[in-house]
Amino acid sequence: MVQSKSFANRLATALIVIVMILAVALALMPIINTIAISFSTGTAASSGKVAFWPVDFTLSAYQKILKDGAFWSAFMVSIARVVIGGGLSIALTVLMAFPMSRKTSQFASRNIYMWTLVFAMLFNGGMIPTYMVVYKLGLINSFWSLVLPTAINVMNIILMMNFFKGIPSSLEEAAVIDGASPYRILFSIVLPISLPSIATITLFTVVNYWNEFFNGLIYINDQTKIPLQTYLQQLALQQQNMTQLSKEEIMAMSQISSLSLNSAKILVSMIPVLIIYPLLQKFLVKGLVLGAVKE
Amino acid sequence: MSIARFNSKYFSKRQMPYHLMMLPGMILLFLFNILPMFGIIMAFQDFVPAKGFFGSPFVGLAHFRYMFSLPDSFAIFRNTIVIAFGKILLGMIVPVIFALLLNEVRVKKFKEFVQTIVYLPNFLSWVVLGSVFTMIFSGSGIFNNFLGMLGLKPVLLLASNKWFQPLIILTDVWKGYGYGTIIYLAAMTSIDPSLYESASMDGANRWKQVLHITLPGILPMIILVGTLNLGNILNAGFDQIYNMYNPIVYQTGDIIDTYVYRMGLQGAQFSFGAAVGLLKSVISLLLIVISYKLADKFADYKLF
Repeated sequence: MVQSKSFANRLATALIVIVMILAVALALMPIINTIAISFSTGTAASSGKVAFWPVDFTLSAYQKILKDGAFWSAFMVSIARVVIGGGLSIALTVLMAFPMSRKTSQFASRNIYMWTLVFAMLFNGGMIPTYMVVYKLGLINSFWSLVLPTAINVMNIILMMNFFKGIPSSLEEAAVIDGASPYRILFSIVLPISLPSIATITLFTVVNYWNEFFNGLIYINDQTKIPLQTYLQQLALQQQNMTQLSKEEIMAMSQISSLSLNSAKILVSMIPVLIIYPLLQKFLVKGLVLGAVKE
Repeated sequence: MSIARFNSKYFSKRQMPYHLMMLPGMILLFLFNILPMFGIIMAFQDFVPAKGFFGSPFVGLAHFRYMFSLPDSFAIFRNTIVIAFGKILLGMIVPVIFALLLNEVRVKKFKEFVQTIVYLPNFLSWVVLGSVFTMIFSGSGIFNNFLGMLGLKPVLLLASNKWFQPLIILTDVWKGYGYGTIIYLAAMTSIDPSLYESASMDGANRWKQVLHITLPGILPMIILVGTLNLGNILNAGFDQIYNMYNPIVYQTGDIIDTYVYRMGLQGAQFSFGAAVGLLKSVISLLLIVISYKLADKFADYKLF
């Protein structure tokens, strides 16, 4: 009896481990396939020979990227967008989350602001009125159209506000008695112990700015100013006809196929995300969970 | 209330720093969130950009009537709801099951590794994943090669009205379930360990413990996520579909947001696009308010 129970237990553990390994494989498979294609010749890729290991190994796709001015121009726009937009957005999130985390006895207008924020989160004018406002503000073809419209993310503000609320008020009391201003309380008491929350918001904000393609598509017509994801999206559009083609038809156009080049571009575009995610993910659970739990 | 008292209540010297902190963000919020709400007026006009919001003629509900007269409209609302509902349902079930399984893994390093990897696709854009899936499911992609190895005929899933919706739902769940897993695993850590001890002393096996302790322990979180998702029933995911669809699958893949973009912005039917978008926004708002009320009632959840 005891033995059969431990056998069942071990079997369950083995099955669970197998499921987990499959899940990991499933998460990585598309990326590995893309890596393999990027290191294969275009002909091998479009004839469908490449699975998880390069066929006819070549670095030519990456050599072509190095010389591709349009790609790097878009890459730099995205870097600028993440640095400037991300910095601005995180700063504004902190600045707004702090007053929002105060009680109404400290900040009487708190609830009025809160309702405004929540209403702006739940309801929006929609794609076209928003486009018209950006157009009327003269931001078409401006870098700022990639930064300002998405700088305020109410969900992030609420996440950080709830994190701030979770900070024991005893930490602040001494400073309040000493007559510290709200600025001092925010910057020298609250912020230093809010690292998990800031890291979480930073991860979300940076990834959002890096991955966003639609504003680049509708607000920017000048090809030298589009961000990387918009650039990749335009490449994909040229390639999209592939969805409807059979293997033979794709092979027939393999001469012009840039499958491996596009795969290489996709992978290079992932690099910043693959760097920042492992760096910040260890804060994630703390930042998310503490922020999600309401006091 | 007199002006002086109003000022001392809301704008006392002590509170001014808070107002100043709010100011820059509120300006951006006003410009890009509040102003477009007034722009909704264009849904009731024949909006011409050159004439602006004040010069364009009013046409009342003409665009809404036109929308309901179009045969496409029904299909677009149906596609939106089917895809969104599929995503919500499967997007709830998969992370719950996965988190329950992962919670049974005792090796902490392995557990964290799995958690980190399955959450990774969440951070890749739909532009990138759209390209990747287009390759994978194309005629020469690994999916069809795999079918070929099994001796099956190739299927172009992304160009098939039969397979497009399931594929959209599955790839979205694949991308997103890592987030739900983290949320549920975190909820599991707050379950009282003594419950498991006394259960195993009573002879309850692992399966029974999962069923009678872990699952009920995260039930409030499941209910919370489920009710909050109700507000997403008209959000079928613009970014994903825009990057994965093509004219062949408009019949099953076209959703409200993609339709608004094609008609309203690409086709320059600004007012018509705004009207369709407004209908979506209003219904969504109603659903969200209902879902937050339900979340408050059943899961004791308050957003703020």
